[in-house]
Amino acid sequence: MAWVNAIIQGVLIGGLYALFACGLSLMFGVMKVVNLAHGDLAVLAGYIAIGIIAVVHVPVLLSFVVVVPVMAALGYVVQRTMIQSALDRSVLTTLMVMLGLSVVIENGLLQFFTANTRGIGTGLSLITASFSIGSQIQIAYLLVVIFATAVVVLLGLQFFLSRSKYGRLIRAVADDREAAQLAGADYRHVFGIAAAIAFGTVALGGIAYGMYSQLNPTAGTDTILLFAFAAVVIGGLGSLWGTLLGGVVLGVAQQIGAQISISDEALAGFIVFLAVLVVRPQGLISRRAQS
Amino acid sequence: MTGPADGGRSESGAPLLEARDLTVHHGQLRALDAISLRVFPGEVYAIIGANGAGKSTLLRTIAGLHHPSTGSVWFDGTDVTRLRPERRAGQGIVMVPEGRRLFESLSVEENLQVGAAYARQGPWTIERVYETFGWLRERRKQLAAQLSGGEQQTVALGRALVANPRVLLLDELSLGLAPVVVQRIYGMLPEILATGLTVLLVEQDVSQALRVASHIHCLLEGQTTLEGRPAEVTADQVEAAYFGLAGAAPAGPPGREGEP
Repeated sequence: MAWVNAIIQGVLIGGLYALFACGLSLMFGVMKVVNLAHGDLAVLAGYIAIGIIAVVHVPVLLSFVVVVPVMAALGYVVQRTMIQSALDRSVLTTLMVMLGLSVVIENGLLQFFTANTRGIGTGLSLITASFSIGSQIQIAYLLVVIFATAVVVLLGLQFFLSRSKYGRLIRAVADDREAAQLAGADYRHVFGIAAAIAFGTVALGGIAYGMYSQLNPTAGTDTILLFAFAAVVIGGLGSLWGTLLGGVVLGVAQQIGAQISISDEALAGFIVFLAVLVVRPQGLISRRAQS
Repeated sequence: MTGPADGGRSESGAPLLEARDLTVHHGQLRALDAISLRVFPGEVYAIIGANGAGKSTLLRTIAGLHHPSTGSVWFDGTDVTRLRPERRAGQGIVMVPEGRRLFESLSVEENLQVGAAYARQGPWTIERVYETFGWLRERRKQLAAQLSGGEQQTVALGRALVANPRVLLLDELSLGLAPVVVQRIYGMLPEILATGLTVLLVEQDVSQALRVASHIHCLLEGQTTLEGRPAEVTADQVEAAYFGLAGAAPAGPPGREGEP
């Protein structure tokens, strides 16, 4: 029964990892940007939420409504300025700029919020409550809500990418930037929209992480970015649902590892990550197979 | 305005598209050396030349994908040299790029929808493309990557048409296609022209270019070697200009105003 519990917990936590991963996958798929600051952006969003809740005393759920659009707007601006000018130079410059952004966010957070860990306290019974199945399986409502949120976000993203004008343009620009320009599309604007989506989704992930666990200024690089990378690689680069599958596989591996020995949690996840890289480098769901 | 016989060229009016002394470098290499051309409304202007003559570079510079070192591109009386390709498309300079360049993970219909996303007002719609190329409609849900070369070229043409260009740039339509397919695609040209478009095309297949063009312009190693109406030039002149056979013909345009 303990094993069943581990698997259930792993699947649910996979939803959180999918929120971390889908924006990373999108930015790489569309503009070939490896966003090394992706995890830090999640943490930044979490801290902004903490700040807003502390100052304005808004309910936690309302913090989403403010933080996600703010982060999305930030994504558009950062893409159109910093990232685009780096892209115009070289891939290496872009990597350096993203690394720089990561360092700046991390140290900025340390400066303003100290190195202490903080959770996003909610005051809602939802966060702490859980329900039991039998005597061994306890499921926190929060994890169920996060998983459901991830599924809704991915469904929404899929609908947007497949049906809307800008979704189509994002896919077109990812296929052939120059041909899209010849059709009248300003790919820089399209890149900006993709970055806005990436920043917005990871903001959601960051706030969810702050509720589920604890935030600290370095969690972006030492936890969130690594898990996001692992989920993207396991699931398959460029595949939206692959990020959920990758997140779930990673989550289950970690929980099973923790079941064996609590210190093996992270290790087990990365062993699966490496195994997939070796055995099936295109990921479990390859992009070609999906479309 | 259909065949080379009547010319389709009235030089009395203002040119729709004009290149003035375009010089383009690819790194150290000078791909184009002070090329000028004037395309008048309603005509089919063909740029011919051997591989590496600079034809595609010229067309891509006009579309905005290359930046000239010197010289300028004028469209409908305004200087568009500094405009990005997407802005030129919005003004009506739309190119079908060499090698089709469809969005491979998008369906046929989605390719057309992207073409129409920033379209100008005009006669061409996705529906009209389906009417013109009947078979497209049944295959509109198929991925562009699954089509044959000729089918892809047709979709590429349709994607450009739905933007409602004023001047349509066609880069090597015939490349990699069977002659019968090339014939069929060029056979659509009169119908396209009838909707009021002007065509500037690049073609390696000289006989094909001579058949459809009202004006030809031959490039050799980035320089103009011959210019004129197909009816005015002899086969020997074209051959000499194409291959650069010195002495076989004067390396200048016969009877064109203001040329060296």
